[in-house]
Formats: sequence, structure tokens, C-alpha cells
Amino acid sequence: MSALAVRGLTKSFGGLLVTAGVNLTVEPGERRLIIGPNGAGKTTLFNLITGELRPDRGAITLFERDITRVPGWRRAHLGISRTYQIITLFPNETLLRNVTLSLLGLSALRWDPITRLDRQAALVASAREALARVGLEHLAGRPLAQTSYGERRRVEIAMALAQRPKLLLLDEPFAGLSIEERRDVLRLVTSIPRDVTTVMIEHDMDVALDFAERITVLHLGEVVVEGGRSEVVAHPRTQEIYFGA
Amino acid sequence: MRYLALAAALVILAAVPFWVGSVYYVNIASQVLFYAVFALAINVLVGYAGLVTLGHAGLFGIAAYAGARLLNAGHGHAVVVAGALAATLVAAALFATLALRGTGIGFVMITLAIGQIVWGVAYRWISLTNGDNGISISGRPSPLGLSLASPPRFYWATLAVFLVEIASMAVFVASPFGASVRGTRDQPRRMAALGYHVWLIRFLAFLLSGFWTGVAGLLYLYYNQFVSPQAVALTASAEALLMVISGGTATLLGPVAGAALVVVMKSVASAYIERWNFVLGAIFVAIVIFMPEGMVPGAVRLGRRALAAGRPRVSAALPADGEARR
Amino acid sequence: MSLWLVLAVNSVTLGGLLFLLSAGFSLIFGLMRIPNLTHGSFFMLGAYLAASLIQAGLDFWTAALLSGLLVAAFGGMIERLLLRRLAGAELAQVLVTLGLSFMVADVCLKVWTGDPIRIATPAALSGTASVLGMTFPAYRLAISVIAVAFAVALWALLDRTRLGAMIRAGVDDPAMARVAGIRVSRLFTLVFCLGAWLAGFAGVIGGPILSVYPGLDQEMLPLALVVVILGGSGSLLGSLVGSLIVGFLYNFGQAMFPELAYVVLFLPMLLVLVIRPQGLFGRQPA
Repeated sequence: MSALAVRGLTKSFGGLLVTAGVNLTVEPGERRLIIGPNGAGKTTLFNLITGELRPDRGAITLFERDITRVPGWRRAHLGISRTYQIITLFPNETLLRNVTLSLLGLSALRWDPITRLDRQAALVASAREALARVGLEHLAGRPLAQTSYGERRRVEIAMALAQRPKLLLLDEPFAGLSIEERRDVLRLVTSIPRDVTTVMIEHDMDVALDFAERITVLHLGEVVVEGGRSEVVAHPRTQEIYFGA
Repeated sequence: MRYLALAAALVILAAVPFWVGSVYYVNIASQVLFYAVFALAINVLVGYAGLVTLGHAGLFGIAAYAGARLLNAGHGHAVVVAGALAATLVAAALFATLALRGTGIGFVMITLAIGQIVWGVAYRWISLTNGDNGISISGRPSPLGLSLASPPRFYWATLAVFLVEIASMAVFVASPFGASVRGTRDQPRRMAALGYHVWLIRFLAFLLSGFWTGVAGLLYLYYNQFVSPQAVALTASAEALLMVISGGTATLLGPVAGAALVVVMKSVASAYIERWNFVLGAIFVAIVIFMPEGMVPGAVRLGRRALAAGRPRVSAALPADGEARR
Repeated sequence: MSLWLVLAVNSVTLGGLLFLLSAGFSLIFGLMRIPNLTHGSFFMLGAYLAASLIQAGLDFWTAALLSGLLVAAFGGMIERLLLRRLAGAELAQVLVTLGLSFMVADVCLKVWTGDPIRIATPAALSGTASVLGMTFPAYRLAISVIAVAFAVALWALLDRTRLGAMIRAGVDDPAMARVAGIRVSRLFTLVFCLGAWLAGFAGVIGGPILSVYPGLDQEMLPLALVVVILGGSGSLLGSLVGSLIVGFLYNFGQAMFPELAYVVLFLPMLLVLVIRPQGLFGRQPA
């Protein structure tokens, strides 16, 4: 059984074909890296998988369950979590509250108009734990707007991991980070247990290659190369796309 | 410390009929209170859900007209209140379904159009609403046998309703659902990806807002003993929005302060100023340009600054407020 | 003439006026994302100004053009002094235009008092005209002709000129337009003035039919809103079709269901919102 299977996924915007019949299969526990130049359609692919966008054609299955018609918010409940390329957190809230909101999204408690959110001990404790996992527990009470960019990137990951996803989608998690911060995030990402299937989009190959087991190369909305790390890196097409050789 | 301030405020509010001077001012206080109920209801949408509405006077009016018709049909006050609120909730559900077809500015435009439809019906469907002549009622409820006919009695009843509302709002704000609503205001895309049903959250917020708007509409009806299309005109929606915005949407007290400002200005100032609409418009423009976050946060900010004078300043950047929400 | 024909003619006339009013609104909304709630005020102000100018001795058409210019100038001031300060904050801009509409309405009330003012039909057009063997009031015919003329002119402007291309680019993608070197802020002022001029001019030529009175702004604005929601913002064809639809709905609705006139008017708009939120000819969802 595959964790994620995408068949013939197609999406156009106006006249522009952004995703051109993509086929992709990710095995459970795998660490997949999706690379490709700007405009290759990587983030659009993620948006199609999470349900933010509806495909024109094609199908998506999650652990053999067809989710093509399932609304985006339901897919989170089925085990998909993601981080964003551009940070989309809640700037006026504390780090703890940000992660709590993430946990709340999957809990029936989110409809409760009566009890105090702060007093939900179990929820708040899990949120703290999630922050601790990314090494930010000491900043739990700090408003997000007063944290550094690197810290915010880690909060993004904490929020995604807090939901205990089966499929984790990381969209350019290293973007804008310093070398040391990147190493921290890499350590974080490689320490994610194998019951989480992780798919990463990255532009920066240096660090991402250390993470990847299998790599998919996208170009102009199509899969052009796919395979194990070393074979993809050595592949002439990859060289051509990235280095114009 | 805060509880002392709260208790003191409660005492002062309860004692209004005794210290405020004449019956005229007691009536003004009643108006401030039920308009505050209205403003707080609107703020559920504007401040917490990030959905600006320019047609809420429509719901306000539906409650008032439904109440008037039911009362004149001979029903008792319990039926009147229940019936009017039920009608308002149904209308709110309908309005929400239509308005939520748009987001951001689209939502505003649709609520504006819906509000105008309600006004058009109130104005033209004479057999239903008596058109421009309006509908008069006689009598106020006598809950638990105490008649609300006198201004102080009506004031206390209104105060009780206001206190129940603001308490329930405080509970709502601190609750998980309240956090969900605010989340959809700040990052709707992200909320959906986190598993929140954004449309349904907004819909329910609209219903909550509609319920209390209906309550305010009924209080308005019982206060004036009369309702006319004036209550649902665009100016009414605009004034209500002004109350929310002038006071500040980020706090519970903001809309209350805004309601006080607008009501007092209208009643008292209009005795001296002929052109109330001009002043209303000018205040609107001035607040939007110079005090986008509203009076209450502005005052709080100044108060904090005054208290902190002399203590070393923290130089960390504070989040920018006053940004228009989507 | 039968009642239906009269109603039809009146509907086309109203449609023509609405087109002039809503074309401006649609352009402003499409380009600047501002629902300009002062638009109804522009219409009313144009009519009031023309009434005074005519009283001062000017002839109808000169007064119409001049009023349009005065309203356009007023619109330009609003855009430059107020709206530009709030660039990007669409909600704030909406509220400012709302506040301004109140201010304008009150000033008009003060200056011109509460009595309706009739603007006389220009003498040359006060009779009837014969078209296809039927007689129509000449003035109403003239309004339709003017509306069509402006529709063609606006289409030519948008489709054939460089300025039009810039406007269309701005409507489609303001960020890209900026990057492409288009002076977006100048464009905004220009379009706002154009929209204001059209609204003011429409108010004047509508004068002989509607008169001008306090509250005219509040009556016309929702109609423009319905046209734009129905027809789709930023679309000239949408404004034209929408205006005609609204013109017919308004007149026939009033005649056949006087009590439900507003419902008849807004119902199609609601239907469009439910089925096709971007309007009949619009591009993006509202």
C-alpha cells in the first residue's frame, strides 16, 4: 500500500498549464524530495494534495483511499499536515497559542463556545511538548511577532508535527535560514519517526540532499526524473535543468 | 484589582437612575446599552471573524418588525420575543449563506445589498410593514410581574440583558470556538489546512451575531414603542459600524465605548449641531484615517505609556495594529 | 403607446443612465478594488450643481459637462488626499467613501434644501421623435443614444488605446502592472476622476427624468451595486447588460409588483451570487 499516490494530476490557471499529468507514488515511511526550478509547479502540487486547489483532472489517494473529492479541511483529519513556504502563522498570538491552535484543529473541542481554551490542560500540555520537540519550549509565552525568522520556521514545523500526521508535506523548510539554522532544521527533520511519511519541496539542494532517500524532479509541471538520490543527482536531465549543461 | 474595578463599574451602572439627573438621561443610558448590545453583536463578525458587514441593520429591523407584528397580532411577550428571535435567526442563516459566497470586499458588498433589500421591503411592502408610517406598539413586557414601563425599570432590564451579553461574549472570546473564529480572521487558508471548517465557523459566528442583533432590535422596539424603515436604512448600518470601529474592534469594551460615543453625540450634540449626518461622516473619515484601531486601544496605549514613563523602555518591535482586515 | 411599450422605453432609458453610473463604479472597483460608496453622491451632486448652473444661465449641455468636471475634480481630490493615504487597506477605503457620502448628502441638504428640484428637459429634445413608425419622447431616446455612444467610446478607450491597455492590465493584475512600469497611482487617480465624471454627468442628464432630491444618492447607489454584482466588476459588457436588466426589472417591477419592487430587483442579483459569484461577465470571484 502506498502512502501517497497521485495519478495524472492536471491543473491549469487561465491558459497556463501548471501541473501536467503528474504521476507520483510515495511509500510509507519514505523520505521524498521534490526539486525543480522556479515555476516547475512544486507548491501547486502540494496545494492540490492538501485540497487547497481542485485539480482539473487526475486522482489522489492517501493510503489507498481516494481523496480527490475530499474537502481540504477533512484531509487534515485524514492525516495530512503541511508547512508553508511563506510563513503563515498567527502573528498576534504566543508560540504556545499558535501550536495549540494547530492541535485544536483536529479536536472536537474546536466547536466549544463555553470552556476556557487556556484551561484545557491536556491540549496545552501537548502543545508545550510539540514546542519542546523543536527546542522552543522556553519561548512558549513569547508573541510570535517577537521571534526570529529561524524560530518561526521551527514553529511551522512544530505545528505540523503536533498534529501527528501520517503524511507530512514540507514546503521549502530551509528557505531564508542561516547555515547553522539549516543544520538544526535538518536534524529536526531527519529525526522525525518513520511512521510519518515525509515529502519535502526544496530549492536549496545542499541540505536537502542529506534528507532525501528518493528524489522527484519536476520541470514545467511534469515529472522528468525520479529515483534514488545518487542516480537522480548524476542523471543528465537533472544536470541539464539545473546547470544548463 | 481588576475585580474591584469591575465591581465598582457594576455598582455605578446599576445606580445610574439615581445619580444621572433627569429621566431624559436615564433614557439615553438605556439607548447606549441596547446599542452597545448591537455593537458587540456586530463585533463578533467585524472584530473576531474579520468580516465587515454593512447590512446588519437589516437583521436589527427584522427583529423589531417581527416583534411589532407579533405583538399587534395579540401574542404575549414571551411569544413575541421567541418569535422575533427565531425570525432573526432564520434571516441570519439566509444572509450568511448568501454573504459567504464572497470574501473580503465581496462580503461587504453583498451585506450592503442585502441590507438594502430589507430596507426596500420595509419601505415598499406596505401591507407587511406599513411602509414609511411604521408600526406602533403599546406596552412593554412585565417579566416576573414587574412592569418595564418606567424609564428606570426599562433601564435596569436593558442593563441586565447587556450584562448577560457581555459576559457571554467574554466566555466566547476565551473559548476554543472563539479562538477558531479569530483564526479564520487571521489565516483562513492555514486554518483550513489545520482541519478547521472555515465556512461553517463563519456561518455560526454570523448566527451568534444575528441572535444578539435580534435582541438589540427587540430592545429598540420596546424602548421606542415604534419601528419604521429608518431603523434599517443604510445610515443605521453605518452608525452601527461606526460604533464598533470608533471604539475599537479588538476589545470587549471598544464597541461599548463606541456605542456610548455615537449615542451621546447624536442625542446631546444634535441639540446644538444641525447637521448630524455631516458630523457622523466626518468622524467616520477621521477615525479611519487617524485612529484605525479605535478609541479604546488608543486610550489603553496612552495609559500604558503614562504608567511606564520613568521605567526603562523595551525596544522590541511590537506587532503593527490598525491594519485593515480582509 | 401601450403601457408595456412605455415601460420598455423607460427601462432602456434607466438602463442607459445606470450604465453611465455603473461603468464608472465598475472600473473603480475592478481597478482599485474599492467599492466606491460615494458614487451615488457623485450622481446627486452632479445633478444639483447643474441645476444651479442652469439657473445661473448656462445651457443644459454646457452645465452637464461642467458639472461632470466639477464632480471629477472633487473625486480627484478625494482620491489623492484620502484614498491614496489608505492604499492597500480596502476596508478603510470603503469606510472613508461611506463617511464622505454622508458628508456630501448633508452639505447638499444645506445648500439646496430638501425640496426636489426639477431640471428642465433641454428645449431641442422636449418633443417627440418618430422611429420605425412609433413615437417616443425625444429626450428618452437621446439618453439611450448617449449611453450607447459612451459605451462605444469607453470600449474604444479600453480596447484600443494604450491608456486602456494599462487600465486593463491594472484590473487583471495590479502587482504585475506596477512591475511592468505602469504608474499605477496616477492611473488610479485618472480612473477615479473618470468614474466620478461619468456619475456626475449621468446625474445631470437623468435630471429631467428623475429630478434631484435628498436621498437620490441612496437610491442610485444600490442600483449601481446590483448592476456590478450582476454584470461582473471590471467588465464593460457586464455593466451594459446588467444596466439594461436592472432598468427593466426596476420599471416592470414597480408597475407589476409595487410592494415587491425591491425584491424583484435584487432577486436576480442574489441568484447570480449563488450560482456564479463573479457575475455574468466578471473574471474573478467577487
